[in-house]
Amino acid sequence: MSRYTTTTEADLAAMLETIGVSSLEEIFDRQIPEGVRLRERLDLPGGRSEQDVYAHLRDLAAKNTSAEDELTFLGAGMYDHYVPAVIDMLMSRSEFLTPYTPYQPEISQGGLQCMFEYQTAISELTGLAVSNASVYEGPSAVAAAGYLAKLTNGKGKFVASAGLHPHSLETLRTYAHGYDIEVVEVPLQDGVTDPDAWAAAIDDDTSAVFFAQPNFLGAVEDASALSAAAKNSPAVVVAQVDPITLGVLAPPGECGVDVAVGEGQSLGQRLDFGGPSFGFFAATEAYLRRMPGRIAGETTDVDGRRGFVLTLQTREQHIRREKATSNICTSQALNALGGVVYLSWLGKEGFVELGELLVQRTHYARETLAALDGVEKLHDQPVVREFALRLEVRDVDAVIARCQEQGVNPGLALPDGGLLVALTEQRTKAHIDKLAEVLGAAVSEQRTGTGQEVAA
Amino acid sequence: MSLLNENRQHGDPGIEHEPLHQDVPAGPTHESPLQRDHATTIFEKGAPGRRAFQCPDMDVPVVEGLIPEGFRRKSPARLPEVSEPELVRHYVRVSKRNYDLDSGFYPLGSCTMKHNPRLHERVAALPGHARLHPMQRPEHAQGALELMHNLEHALGEVAGLPHVSLQPSAGSHGELLGVLLTRAYHESRGERRVKVLTPDTAHGTNPATVTMAGFEVVRVATNDQGGVDVDDLRAKADDQVACLMLTNPNTLGIFDPNIEEIAKIVHDVGGTLYYDGANLNAVMGISRPGDMGFDIVHYNLHKSFTQPHGGGGPGAGPIAVSDRLAPFLPKPVVRRNDDGTYDLDHDLPQSVGRLRGFQGNYGVFVRSYAYICSLGAEGLKDASETAVLNANYLLARLRELDTENRIPLAFGELCMHEFVLSGAPMKKELGIRTLDLAKRLLDHGYHPPTVYFPLLVDEALLMEPTETETKETLDAFAESMAAILIEAADDPSIAQNAPYTTPVRRLDEAGAAKRPVIRQPL
Amino acid sequence: MADASYPEDLLYHPEHDWARIDGDVATLGVTWYAQDALGEVVFFDPPEVGKNITKDEPYAEVESVKAVSDVVAPLSGEIVEVNTGLSDNPETINEDAYGSGWLVKIRMSDPSERDGLMGQSEYVATLTS
Repeated sequence: MSRYTTTTEADLAAMLETIGVSSLEEIFDRQIPEGVRLRERLDLPGGRSEQDVYAHLRDLAAKNTSAEDELTFLGAGMYDHYVPAVIDMLMSRSEFLTPYTPYQPEISQGGLQCMFEYQTAISELTGLAVSNASVYEGPSAVAAAGYLAKLTNGKGKFVASAGLHPHSLETLRTYAHGYDIEVVEVPLQDGVTDPDAWAAAIDDDTSAVFFAQPNFLGAVEDASALSAAAKNSPAVVVAQVDPITLGVLAPPGECGVDVAVGEGQSLGQRLDFGGPSFGFFAATEAYLRRMPGRIAGETTDVDGRRGFVLTLQTREQHIRREKATSNICTSQALNALGGVVYLSWLGKEGFVELGELLVQRTHYARETLAALDGVEKLHDQPVVREFALRLEVRDVDAVIARCQEQGVNPGLALPDGGLLVALTEQRTKAHIDKLAEVLGAAVSEQRTGTGQEVAA
Repeated sequence: MSLLNENRQHGDPGIEHEPLHQDVPAGPTHESPLQRDHATTIFEKGAPGRRAFQCPDMDVPVVEGLIPEGFRRKSPARLPEVSEPELVRHYVRVSKRNYDLDSGFYPLGSCTMKHNPRLHERVAALPGHARLHPMQRPEHAQGALELMHNLEHALGEVAGLPHVSLQPSAGSHGELLGVLLTRAYHESRGERRVKVLTPDTAHGTNPATVTMAGFEVVRVATNDQGGVDVDDLRAKADDQVACLMLTNPNTLGIFDPNIEEIAKIVHDVGGTLYYDGANLNAVMGISRPGDMGFDIVHYNLHKSFTQPHGGGGPGAGPIAVSDRLAPFLPKPVVRRNDDGTYDLDHDLPQSVGRLRGFQGNYGVFVRSYAYICSLGAEGLKDASETAVLNANYLLARLRELDTENRIPLAFGELCMHEFVLSGAPMKKELGIRTLDLAKRLLDHGYHPPTVYFPLLVDEALLMEPTETETKETLDAFAESMAAILIEAADDPSIAQNAPYTTPVRRLDEAGAAKRPVIRQPL
Repeated sequence: MADASYPEDLLYHPEHDWARIDGDVATLGVTWYAQDALGEVVFFDPPEVGKNITKDEPYAEVESVKAVSDVVAPLSGEIVEVNTGLSDNPETINEDAYGSGWLVKIRMSDPSERDGLMGQSEYVATLTS
């Protein structure tokens, strides 16, 4: 008996008698061949008390430098947004935290209604008619969109902008190898997808095209032009979108995008060293029956009451099996709930205000940093919440390390002296000024050679 | 906007359905007067101008025209406009329309609904874990990498396989990785095999995965004892078989007695053996997939290693593999350096690539690692032993209560951690279907077992009580099952029209599918 | 349709499809048995007009809430018409399987294939065996 099991000696005796066996061991002996029984103890430590486990996990946490410990400008797919207290409170309610997937709708109306509300919010954000109830996360959502395209048109090639997040590109390649589709990468020009190379890469055998909005370097793409370039091909137009930018940027549904997917972490989710968050997946009406994952729908009960159910389930693996639109089963329902609570918390006006704040602070940060000696913009494209710089130094990692020593994480090192800097509403003008001071000093130190020994 | 007005507004008095049978226990979630509200969504609440969010000050000079007009959004997304009190009340009320594991028994077969210790939520919320950025440089994420390394070791030990990747986000994601690894392994040997074998008892995710990974599904029959039909397997195992995917114990709760022979048949034709870990909760510390001959194992951390299921996720589906598949594991891999520090290794030339962003669902890892630390070697074994004991006890109690002539065990005599009953005699003799029995259980305050799976069994009822339930709970549940059968013998229409006490009653699923309404019209 | 019925003027395929032949055009549908086994039909995914279908092979899908079934062609030919009314009212397949619940019309490519189909009494015998 551990603290999570309940069988007393008396229980055990009574239960064995009811079962009709003499010992617990007999139950296993009668079912598992001796050749595959484990007769040694697992080579793991013994169990520990709750307070000891807490202390161990706390000590491990203390070995990490989190966004609590430093002023961070890291982004590149996940961002240190403020998570409002209502999210912690609601996501920790037993009623949301501990049920399974809503297979019995009569006693799962809470979860189903939240899915329905979430779908409505994502549909509003993206300007697309159809949203599912969430997928795992961003990059695998891109790959899931690829599978949708493959099942839709059966063509042999994906065309992907190099502006996609590198993890999305890698994930797409991994999945596409499985179903034998070639991925052709289109390079960036001046920070955005090269329009000529893009148009040239799309042909009659293109199953889908993929771009990111904003792209990995923070640049806002001309989404309408990229979509239009695919309109005379069979290709499904897929955009990976940062949802927090949709307060200010045109929704993908109004730019000719067929499928919009993305990482939902910006919408009220913790960083959690990369997960769990949620991925969103929205599409035009035409793809309703090709969607992966769960979808909640509205209906009525036998007494005419409004209710919600999982619907269009014939798409899914438990019914269509090898012909399913996806193999996805468990997904990210709790995180998606956090997402819709977050969007409701921001509200119609707040969502736009937050986007405007990010645009202005990001502009201020970009101009302030680009004015430093030895620092320049990597591109001049419009940006919303993230931008790329080039540092005229030999070793960007050493510059980052020097900044971190002073409690500032300036962002992510990119190849060839690049630095990717991200803003959230938690980074104020004062923080940006501090970053400029620390980064400027670190760059200057390295350019004059004084910083080398520190960095090493 | 009182509760009364809101109900009246929709012509609905709120609490009009009394249970038909007052002696039926209403169950823990059926006490709130709120639960029978007419459902209104957050989009139907609030008023223009209301808000819960106060935007931080615009502390930088405002510059116009930063985003070109053509790229800007023209009209705002029609998100809700509610205050924080409205927001909280809405979602708290909505939450009360859910049944949950913390409130009651949840014997949902193949889902392993075991208790979720609250310690796990506390440690996962520590800022050192919860606010750690996934792109933080490894020297500043040593605690996280150490945790992942320790978890990999523990999972590998439970499976009896040496190499672990934590990356996949759920069981089906782990399956996809496993089949892609198999493909990479065969390709590295210059072979392009086309077939993957799965038994007809398999979870639907298995065949769906096989197709996504570019293979053809070949079904293997099940024998009279509920295990793999070895003759059928032998007939289908040839040099085009890449892999056999197996759940053991399988979805019938049967541990395959021929597992060693099955492994040999597949290995002899050069295929790999894939272990679907959905049912690992039956065998932790008792029998190891690696020792059975499996090359690849996926774990459902949200099943065997207790995650709150969150109404359908998040979870995590790590996999463990044998030496011959290790070179193909996804990037990055956690490495322990000679000096005791940890690093992320991206330099894996034969890797299949990536299945998702970053390092996986770390917040899930924290919880499962805490669980393993709490239980230790003996505790994990105790969990599996007790899970099997509870399943066999529930099965025996149902027999004692004379239910066997209506809902007999489909295969075998004993079971592992779950068992399958067939409701076929009940349907024939009492005129109620498994679905009706399940719906009537709702009125007794229980979440029903899994129904209509596995497909092999007519009118299937798949029950998995888990190790964290008391004998008293199992007794009470068995008595409710028996009572429903007795009631149905008297009047089948009671079960046929159940439930009566839930927030809504049977829903028109056909109507929902015919004319889908999947968002709130605004 | 509450009660089983199998009209005498139709030809039947063992996969529970019927055909009504008029000149070189055949109207195809599913039998009472098929719609009863499936339950309430919620979606019919028709093939495109102009497509060729082959006897004994699937040419469309019908879905209930929790099942998908292939519809197997009893005869070969080119699709000349699909029942567009089913997109809004798929339950017509349940309510009037031999009338307004028809699925497609084809121009037969090999009228002699009809000789391989069953008559009403022969088909009904397969259901009771």
